[in-house]
Amino acid sequence: MSYPQNLKYTKDHEWAELTSDTQMKIGITDHAQSALGDIVYLDLPKVGRELKAHETFGVVESIKAVSDLFSPIQGKVVQANSDLASEPSKLNTEPHRSWMIVLEASDAKAQFQTLMSADEYSAYVKTL
Amino acid sequence: MLKRTALFEEHLHLKGKMVDFGGWELPVQYSGVLAEHTAVRTACGIFDVSHMGEVFVEGAGASEFVNFLVTNDVSVLATEQAQYSAMCNAQGGIVDDLVIYKLGAEKFLLVVNAANTDKDFAHIQSVLTQYTGTKPKVTNQSAQYSQIAVQGPKAEAILQRLTETKLSEIKTYWCKEGKVLDTPAIIARTGYTGEDGFELYVPWAEAPKVWRAILETGAADGLLPCGLGARDTLRLEMKYALYGHELTDETNPLEVGLAWVTKLGKNSDFIGKSAIAALKQTGPKKALVGIRSLGRGIPRQGYEVYAADGATRVGFVTSGTSSPSLKTPIGVVWVDKAHEAIGTKLFVKVREEMQETEVVKTPFYRK
Repeated sequence: MSYPQNLKYTKDHEWAELTSDTQMKIGITDHAQSALGDIVYLDLPKVGRELKAHETFGVVESIKAVSDLFSPIQGKVVQANSDLASEPSKLNTEPHRSWMIVLEASDAKAQFQTLMSADEYSAYVKTL
Repeated sequence: MLKRTALFEEHLHLKGKMVDFGGWELPVQYSGVLAEHTAVRTACGIFDVSHMGEVFVEGAGASEFVNFLVTNDVSVLATEQAQYSAMCNAQGGIVDDLVIYKLGAEKFLLVVNAANTDKDFAHIQSVLTQYTGTKPKVTNQSAQYSQIAVQGPKAEAILQRLTETKLSEIKTYWCKEGKVLDTPAIIARTGYTGEDGFELYVPWAEAPKVWRAILETGAADGLLPCGLGARDTLRLEMKYALYGHELTDETNPLEVGLAWVTKLGKNSDFIGKSAIAALKQTGPKKALVGIRSLGRGIPRQGYEVYAADGATRVGFVTSGTSSPSLKTPIGVVWVDKAHEAIGTKLFVKVREEMQETEVVKTPFYRK
């Protein structure tokens, strides 16, 4: 598995991509989709919802398993990817391009910097 | 320490994703549940089911003893015939469900669930102790047998290349003792997928050789190795019961759709008969029914089930998934009998949401 260098990662197996100083896209990692298997369901939060870091923002289900989604940072949901919710198998085929939500926070850039780098996340996954 | 089958190294070699299943380290999937499920429905799949328990009952009195032990009637079986059955405790609760193979006039193979093997064997021995008839020999030979299931519309064609036994002469729910390659095998036309296919019982250590030969010859036919994930979705689309989900020590066969294997009229007493007969008198209170979700929410084991009013709790989900064949969420629910009719609306509490569902005909999947 390879993890794009421009993304940051969490121990909950989410990735974040900084799209501006105040916004980032959130998805799940290749490791997460592989552990889940064939993904058949995705439940996303409503736009406008305020999330704390590590708060549950949605649910992803494979044929076998149900898994919560955790917010990497504190912020407000400004977009939810409804196209992905209607075609959740894309999470298996293109995990690092399948964004789930866009979060907005005035200090998004600073919060982004606290997350794990691709190398750190790769090393972390190897310990599991 | 998890138990391993003789095929453990094969699973690693095939990059199976290994999990703990009832104390056994087995693959939940190789290529993926959807691909494996589809292979079985359209071509063929092989499963390592060596974790299943094999108990032999043989010698004088075997037939009568087995009939005292189980709910179905083995007196109707011919040699080489198989039968699905349940085995109950004195309260009529299901100790296990099992497949019985009659291998000789007084020789039976009882195939039981892996996680129940020790419990079952202890139960059978205790029944044998109190049994007043001629006592047969009962042995747990689970460690001597590997089991490989070959399932799917191409199963016969693929397996026929590896055996001189004429497979077309084995009818569904019959078996023959023969050889696969040069390995002695009980070749049974049984399975747990809803497809045509075979289950092979071979000496424990011989399994890798048989497994590899099937994989090799079946590859061009689209055969895939399949894990426990696909085994579960395949059986669920047929509404086949799984012990620990639909069946427990407390459930009476009449309340989980197993009246058809419960022969109260057979010419033999059996363990649990009086309790089951009493329930038949008063009428079963519960039923096991299939539901289809009318939205996206997937029923899962343990979720609460509510009546059409959305407020009265009437049962719970015993198994559920997103059906790979039907592309829709399905579930099996154990509910008050008043809610069993086809078309009945039921709500399943999926996390905080009430998912509307309806009772549908089963099996969910039909050819």
